Amino acid sequence: MLLNSYNPKSNADIVMREKPSSKRGDKEPVITIRDLDFSYEGIPGLAGVNLTVEAHDSVCIVGPNGGGKTTLIKLILGLLQPDRGEIRLFGGNPRVTRLQVGYVPQYARYDPLFPVTVLDVVLMGRLGGNRSGRYARSDREAALSALEEMRLIDTADRSFATLSGGQQQRVLIARALASATRMLILDEPTANIDAKTEVDLFELLQELNTRMTILMATHDLGFVSQFFKSVVCVNHQVVVHPTSLITGEVIQEIYGGDFRMVRHDHRCAEGGHEHG
Amino acid sequence: MISGWSATIIAARKGGTSMADLLALLTDPDVSFFRYAFFVGILASISFGIVGTYIVTRRITYIAGAISHCVLGGIGVGLYLQRKVGIAWFDPLYGAICAALAAAIVIGLVSMYARQREDTVIGTLWAVGMAVGLLFIAKTPGFVDPMSYLFGNILLISQKDLWLVTALDLLVVGIGGFFYNTLLAVCFDEENARLRGIPAGLYYIVLLCMTALTIVLLVRVVGIVMVVALLTLPAAVANHFARKMWQMMVVAGILCMVFITSGLAVSYSYDLPSGPTIILIAGAVYLAVAAGSRCRRLFQ
Repeated sequence: MLLNSYNPKSNADIVMREKPSSKRGDKEPVITIRDLDFSYEGIPGLAGVNLTVEAHDSVCIVGPNGGGKTTLIKLILGLLQPDRGEIRLFGGNPRVTRLQVGYVPQYARYDPLFPVTVLDVVLMGRLGGNRSGRYARSDREAALSALEEMRLIDTADRSFATLSGGQQQRVLIARALASATRMLILDEPTANIDAKTEVDLFELLQELNTRMTILMATHDLGFVSQFFKSVVCVNHQVVVHPTSLITGEVIQEIYGGDFRMVRHDHRCAEGGHEHG
Repeated sequence: MISGWSATIIAARKGGTSMADLLALLTDPDVSFFRYAFFVGILASISFGIVGTYIVTRRITYIAGAISHCVLGGIGVGLYLQRKVGIAWFDPLYGAICAALAAAIVIGLVSMYARQREDTVIGTLWAVGMAVGLLFIAKTPGFVDPMSYLFGNILLISQKDLWLVTALDLLVVGIGGFFYNTLLAVCFDEENARLRGIPAGLYYIVLLCMTALTIVLLVRVVGIVMVVALLTLPAAVANHFARKMWQMMVVAGILCMVFITSGLAVSYSYDLPSGPTIILIAGAVYLAVAAGSRCRRLFQ
């Protein structure tokens, strides 16, 4: 992996942006959610959510399908509005601050005939720089280095539609890398990629984690403890665990749907907490 | 009126069709409407290639259909106001433009804020637009044949249309060129576009309004019922040959020109109504290309 080649420009940006905030003691959380309720057309989705994610944390969101993982991510990104409660992203309104987030959506079937090249797709991660949507040379460079990072540089001029499902998924990860400056959010990114790419992806996430916060949703609990510092369990409610304490019993409780037996705290402190 | 050219241009016809005949026809002052139809068709193809590409890639063919059927409502109200109420300056074209833009904005807002019932609303507008038009036409004094609006009638095209279509081309090329990257992103992945700070809803409505204006100006060539086919078929064919969106727009525009001009020529030489002829040529090419690309994939 060509990790060092990745996007030197935005690297510098991060150092400049992170320095002042670290003077304030690195205490300003990246995500703060307070007393959030969300329902979809009258059906309760998430209730009583409290969550704090610190800078440079690596958080895994687990839970059964339909439990609200994607909903939680879309709330964090300001794509959905909560019924009650407050969400702050980098201390501000998510709809403003989300420009600093790279987002890999849950694999969606794109129009198989859409006339767009791989480079076009990755460049879309750099939109928002100016009103007209013109790309500067720095945008092009960031897109190309993100493609290089995902070992897709040879496909840059190919039609997105002709790639395999796994390759398309990697293009979407590259698009997120091209836009991420402070945080990367991935929704089930491993659903469509092979084992080799998956190992590479986790190496890459580990490297990126030194300079940005990582938030990833998965229903595959196998990955959780290898890399992530904390685990957020989502099944209509949200419970935070340090990864060291994920045991068979806890997993059973997550997927069994009964949370009352699990003690939890709302802050993912480095030391975690202990089960009584 | 729909049943061909016979009465009007039988005198102008010399039988047979060679390129020379076509040129003679284009310069013949007795059939100036043919010349207007020919050049309006060529000029409108530019807008059709661009707007058609957006419609096909954003998958809103049925929305374009609803907008075009609402045009009849506007035409009906326009005719009524002009002939019964006596507002002489109110050309039915203005009614058509208002109705199409109103339909575009309503559908845009509905699909943004009421996703669940989008198709119901579109189906309702589709039918209500037509019903309003037919009622007003029925109550308009003098004979108005709704068929010429439904299936096209190139006798309705005048020199003014050349200017209108040129203005539309400038507008569509301007918007499509200036906001190319943004519109591409909105069509490909609206959610990602919104995350990048793009007001995707606004661009979506702009897209629908461009669609509405384009439809209004070509309704007279191929008619309300078939205009959407002429909008989408060239783009659907071009889709098979394009790797980038602008390539698809260029190819679709050229194909649209070919369909319209060859359709007009064929309809002239065989004394057929021009709208259906143009659409059948476009449909045949589309089917051939779709079947060809399927076969190529099977044998690969």
